[in-house]
Amino acid sequence: MYKITVGMATCGISAGAEKVYKSIETLIKDKKDVKLAITGCMGMCYKEPLVEIFDGKTTYLYGDIDEKKVQQIFESHIQNNTPIDELIVLKDYKTGPEQEFTERQYKIVLRNCGLIDPDSIEEYEARDGYKAIRKVITSMTPDEVIDVIIKSGLRGRGGAGFLTGQKWKFARASVSDQKYVICNADEGDPGAFMDRSVLEGDPHSVIEGMMICGYAIGATQGYIYCRAEYPLAVKRLKKAIKLLEEKGYLGDNLFGSNFSFRIKLKEGAGAFVCGEETALMASIEGKRGTPRPRPPYPAVKGLWGKPTNINNVETFANVPWIILNGWEKFASMGTEKSKGTKVFAIAGKAVRTGLVEVPMGITIRDIVFNVCGGIKDGKKFKAVQIGGPSGGCIPESLADTQIDYEQITKTGAIMGSGGLVIMDETTCMVEMARFFLNFTQLESCGKCTSCRIGTLRMLEILERIVDGKGEDKDIEKLEELGEFIKKTSQCGLGQTAPNPVLTTIKYFRDEYEAHIKEKRCPAHSCGALVKFIIIPEKCTGCMVCARQCPVNCIIGEKKKPHVIDQSRCTRCGKCFTVCNFDAILKD
Amino acid sequence: MHMPIESKFFDKETIEDTLNDPSQVIPLLQIVQEKNGYIPEKAIEEISEITGVSISNIFSVITFYKQFRLRPPGKYIIRVCDGTACHVNNARMLLDILNDELKLEGTDTTEDGLFTVMPVACLGCCSLAPVIMVNEDTHGKLTPQKLRKIIKDYQRKGKENH
Ligand SMILES: Cc1cc2nc3c(=O)[nH]c(=O)nc-3n(C[C@H](O)[C@H](O)[C@H](O)COP(=O)(O)O)c2cc1C
Ligand code: SF4
Ligand code: SF4
Ligand code: SF4
Ligand code: FES
Ligand code: FES
Repeated sequence: MYKITVGMATCGISAGAEKVYKSIETLIKDKKDVKLAITGCMGMCYKEPLVEIFDGKTTYLYGDIDEKKVQQIFESHIQNNTPIDELIVLKDYKTGPEQEFTERQYKIVLRNCGLIDPDSIEEYEARDGYKAIRKVITSMTPDEVIDVIIKSGLRGRGGAGFLTGQKWKFARASVSDQKYVICNADEGDPGAFMDRSVLEGDPHSVIEGMMICGYAIGATQGYIYCRAEYPLAVKRLKKAIKLLEEKGYLGDNLFGSNFSFRIKLKEGAGAFVCGEETALMASIEGKRGTPRPRPPYPAVKGLWGKPTNINNVETFANVPWIILNGWEKFASMGTEKSKGTKVFAIAGKAVRTGLVEVPMGITIRDIVFNVCGGIKDGKKFKAVQIGGPSGGCIPESLADTQIDYEQITKTGAIMGSGGLVIMDETTCMVEMARFFLNFTQLESCGKCTSCRIGTLRMLEILERIVDGKGEDKDIEKLEELGEFIKKTSQCGLGQTAPNPVLTTIKYFRDEYEAHIKEKRCPAHSCGALVKFIIIPEKCTGCMVCARQCPVNCIIGEKKKPHVIDQSRCTRCGKCFTVCNFDAILKD
Repeated sequence: MHMPIESKFFDKETIEDTLNDPSQVIPLLQIVQEKNGYIPEKAIEEISEITGVSISNIFSVITFYKQFRLRPPGKYIIRVCDGTACHVNNARMLLDILNDELKLEGTDTTEDGLFTVMPVACLGCCSLAPVIMVNEDTHGKLTPQKLRKIIKDYQRKGKENH
């Protein structure tokens, strides 16, 4: 008996998991004793496509699989019962070449991700699914539920870190004929995919969390607001909701009680600011998603003017676990004020990138060097960018900072929703700041002048600096504008937009100065400030670059090494991108 | 309440479900966008008639959200990821190359209507950065050479089918 499972989250599919799945399907067609299944993100995105084989005793995880390797594995492992050691990345989820990646992780939110078939209620239930909602309905009062969540110390995972139980208490206290529960699945941070992975891999844990919230605050209608660019998450959520309705797990009088709860799915339409709670509600109501001032808070006046509780995907996914395992166990993990775990989507220059869930209190150094295996290609670790466009960077010198809301805020960054970009010596910090500001600038809803015009002014200055046209006092101007925008913007977008700029100035002022005063990019990254040089040993004299150079400043004869006339080169970078022999160096 | 209108874009059930409901503007736009790849003017008129929201209000919703286009896209939509992971892996260079190869000067669609290039934030496969998506197909770990080859392949395919 074998069970073969293929990781089929968005990234797995992009990496070729569908082809792998199909070829396995064909190979095992006549084998009655082999079962084929799919699952969500297993976390090791850097080893996709991933295929797991369970023989009844041991689980073997194979990484970097293609159709050819499927054939090999089939012949050796399935037909001859001989696992192929060189292709195995992890055995029984704990030993093997990639064990360092899992050792420091602790899975609460991702407890089922990559283990179960997300489309199957039965598989979710086999792992204690829908037990927490039953327990709550049959043996706890709403106030007791809220008390447990408060005592657990769970804080909102969508960014701001407000105490979840406290928020529920406010919503419960509002009196109204109708209340709403909203799950914020707008995940706007470009390059973060925690929520998407949970929705694709374990939608039921989020739905169960919403039900428990509905019971606690006295709401009967839930909404999930899902980001437009997540077609697979939308598909799996739709299916989950439909199956639950058919099974009687959503609707009236659930589990033999008088508690009723329904869920509607709303798809976003591509606007980062709609992740902000008041903008999100405007968007559900069918309007432009512009934020409005708070108070009144959603707990008092939310969707269609009714009391509403809104939480993030990850926040909800924690809830059933806390109910079943007790607040004590949750609160025993982490630091004084940050309890439980945090999921991070790790990207950038680390050896291992993917989805991790680590206990609060772990240091950044531990994440970078142990969980993620350090920096790729033997380069030097420089900084992490945490919290996406609202966050900031934390330099190597502060790598012993713990994952804890307050400690991270102290550095000038924010915990944010879980985007973590690891950067090495070749990443230019000024360019990184420009990248994030460009993003927020485009996403500003335009309501406040300081946010709309202020971020544009800052962006113009940053563009000038990376273009080698920086001026004296530019750094001071950025600082002034940044502080002003933070103070005078209405919503979190404007209030946090300057963070990436201000933190990079704080920790990497010398890089800004090098760009401005010496017209030099210390990371050798900014196109306008680097030199392009042809390495004679590698150049084959194919003449491609010379033909493409817009100013004809590459000189050389056919089949002989070429040279760039630096005095005429405009540093457009064209030659660098056309050379087929890696013969052009950026310096 | 007036009788459901004759519609080119929506079936009867959809109209009945959304009649006089202003909160359905975005879902209705999404149906049109999904089917047509853009929002034709006629569809805006119909949505206005169905939901009771004024045409100018619908326009302001369309222009607010990035998902909606007012003009038809090319045959191949190239989504170039410029999310964080792709950005630190040189995604900007891919955009430069596309602009250059496809001679897009300030517009997003090629003159022959074959390609539309759209920068997007995170396609959800950051471990394959830098990434582009051409219609439904994802291409990862791109280099300038690979990208140029991909464009050539689609150009050939596009011409063959003309
Ligand atoms: C510009 C902006 C974007 C936001 N985007 C998100 C998001 O994508 N997901 C999210 O859960 N919260 C986002 N938030 C935070 C929400 O406003 C809200 O605080 C959160 O959903 C509350 O849930 P929590 O308490 O569980 O964190 C955003 C806030 C701002 C100001
Ligand atoms: S701070 Fe920016 S995004 Fe927020 S309401 Fe003001 S203009 Fe809009
Ligand atoms: S394209 Fe590369 S190999 Fe060819 S001439 Fe230029 S530098 Fe040399
Ligand atoms: S960077 Fe541009 S101008 Fe300079 S040599 Fe290369 S192609 Fe020519
Ligand atoms: S392992 Fe594929 S999405 Fe993470
Ligand atoms: S940042 Fe490009 S796929 Fe995520």
